[in-house]
Amino acid sequence: MAEPAAASTAAIYRRLVAAQVRSQLSYRVSFVLDLVSNVVFLGADLLTVLVVFHRVPVLAGFSLADTLLVFGLASLGFSLAELIVGSIDHMQRHVRTGLLDAVLIRPLGVLWQLLVLDVGLRRVGRVCSGLVLLAIAVRLAEVAVTPANLLLLVITPVVGAVFFGAVFVATATVAFWWVDSGELSAALTHGGRDFTSYPMTVFGGWFRRLFAFGLGFGFIAYYPALILLDRPDPLGAPAWLGWCGPLLAAAAATLAGLIWRTGVRHYRSTGS
Amino acid sequence: MNTDGRHGGVNVIEAHGLRKDFTVRVRKGLLRRERRDVAAVDGVDLAVQRGELLGYLGPNGAGKSTTLKMLTGVLHPSGGRVSVCGLTPVPQRILLARRIGVVFGQRSQLWWDLPLRDSYELLRHIYRVPAAEHAARLRRCRDLLELDPFLDTPVRQLSLGQRMRGELTAALLHGPEVLFLDEPTIGLDVVSKQAVRGFLAELGQTGDTTIVLTTHDLADIERLCRRIVVIDHGRVVHDGGIDALHARYGSQRRVTVDFDTAPAALPDLPGVHLEATTGPRLTFTLDNSASVGTLISTLTTLGSLRDLSVTEPEIEEVIARLYRSEGRAPSPRFP
Repeated sequence: MAEPAAASTAAIYRRLVAAQVRSQLSYRVSFVLDLVSNVVFLGADLLTVLVVFHRVPVLAGFSLADTLLVFGLASLGFSLAELIVGSIDHMQRHVRTGLLDAVLIRPLGVLWQLLVLDVGLRRVGRVCSGLVLLAIAVRLAEVAVTPANLLLLVITPVVGAVFFGAVFVATATVAFWWVDSGELSAALTHGGRDFTSYPMTVFGGWFRRLFAFGLGFGFIAYYPALILLDRPDPLGAPAWLGWCGPLLAAAAATLAGLIWRTGVRHYRSTGS
Repeated sequence: MNTDGRHGGVNVIEAHGLRKDFTVRVRKGLLRRERRDVAAVDGVDLAVQRGELLGYLGPNGAGKSTTLKMLTGVLHPSGGRVSVCGLTPVPQRILLARRIGVVFGQRSQLWWDLPLRDSYELLRHIYRVPAAEHAARLRRCRDLLELDPFLDTPVRQLSLGQRMRGELTAALLHGPEVLFLDEPTIGLDVVSKQAVRGFLAELGQTGDTTIVLTTHDLADIERLCRRIVVIDHGRVVHDGGIDALHARYGSQRRVTVDFDTAPAALPDLPGVHLEATTGPRLTFTLDNSASVGTLISTLTTLGSLRDLSVTEPEIEEVIARLYRSEGRAPSPRFP
């Protein structure tokens, strides 16, 4: 049998996403409420930043505008990942309800089917507010409009989305072995988002090194933001680190893919 | 592809020594846990020819669903060989998926919040079925399963019976060579059960589709399957016709008589056993060798009969006996 064309596979997934949109719009009121509450959520996070800067004009060497830029890059990347991949959090439920089995008997990839069948479109709200926030931050921080900066502004949220998506998938897969893995997953995804949302000079020694380099979260918003702000790293790291995101994202996605495959293989040999 | 089941004479499903071990962790003390391997499927041999309609029976936890999951490529066998449509299910999952249909009685392939019709359209794309073929198959299912009244209703609003008819259709629209049904009539009302059974009987008669059916409803089996495979504790304990099962497990006919007054004496005939006495009512069970006629003529000499009934052996009872005997003694393996 000929290998199915990638284009037509993409078309199938487009249809599946469209079906999900129709499904979720069939509960119109609930959908609108969810959408609104998701916008409010981001607002609450943003409020924290504003409260801090109401007290101090400069936080660990960064002004409000600078911090908002970091915050905007991080939350746009994270909310994109949450929109597309966040539902993988329900892995345990998929196993229990048999959705995983149902997906295994269809002629499509397992991970993408699960993501598409469970995608939470109300999270579009967060992506939108993330976009608005980033646009405002770019203005306030007076980011120079150069081709390089524009490119970086586009790829950084994408890198963030891929990276956070990889973290979502990798930690959800752990649920195959370890039922109560929700805490670990939350620590890495939401913890990682909180870390990336602030200039990392805010954080202390080993914790900063662990999250920034050990886990790679420094490359999601902080280093790219330094390039956009055209300022050297107070911690002395070279500027080119800001361009390393795509490499990191590719590595993270590959690793997450391997972990996922191992997890599914484990499920198929243990049935749990 | 010359080894696939499309060519006559070749088994569509073949399993040799198929097994599945699950590791169970048993708590021993505060931190210590003991791992134990439990065989859910313990060396199942199975050969199913194209067009067969096979009933796969067993008590809860016997390994029915696990076997089905190995045949459909959901689970990886721990041992043994398995091939379905000439394919090895797990590594060739996607190829196999296009050639089999699966209905799990307790979970859905349908889109809960969308009209039934939309699910079929989505499945058409997922399975890449040409529009004309798809339409023809849907037309047939619509007629036979009477889907038209609820084709535009969101699946979540369907009754269980309507949903199951919808599920069956969903599993057939890509023209599978093998249809696996895991308890398709569970929880259905009598009318829906009959609709589903009638449909499967018709599907089975055409001989194009091989059907493997697990069920607890023995009426399904009697109505549909000429061949049944019974498993218990992960092993095949019977593979053959229903008649063979009756013969082997000594199915007993039952004669119930009501006397005007309880008789003083009881008949003493070979192969006839008194099962119960409630006042003037006596119930006898008869081995295959015993004659109902002889029993009745003997009974008439013992007192005046008011009423009399003869009950043919029920498959339910045979199966119950089978489970009980297998539960205690080591299983007699069938070739």
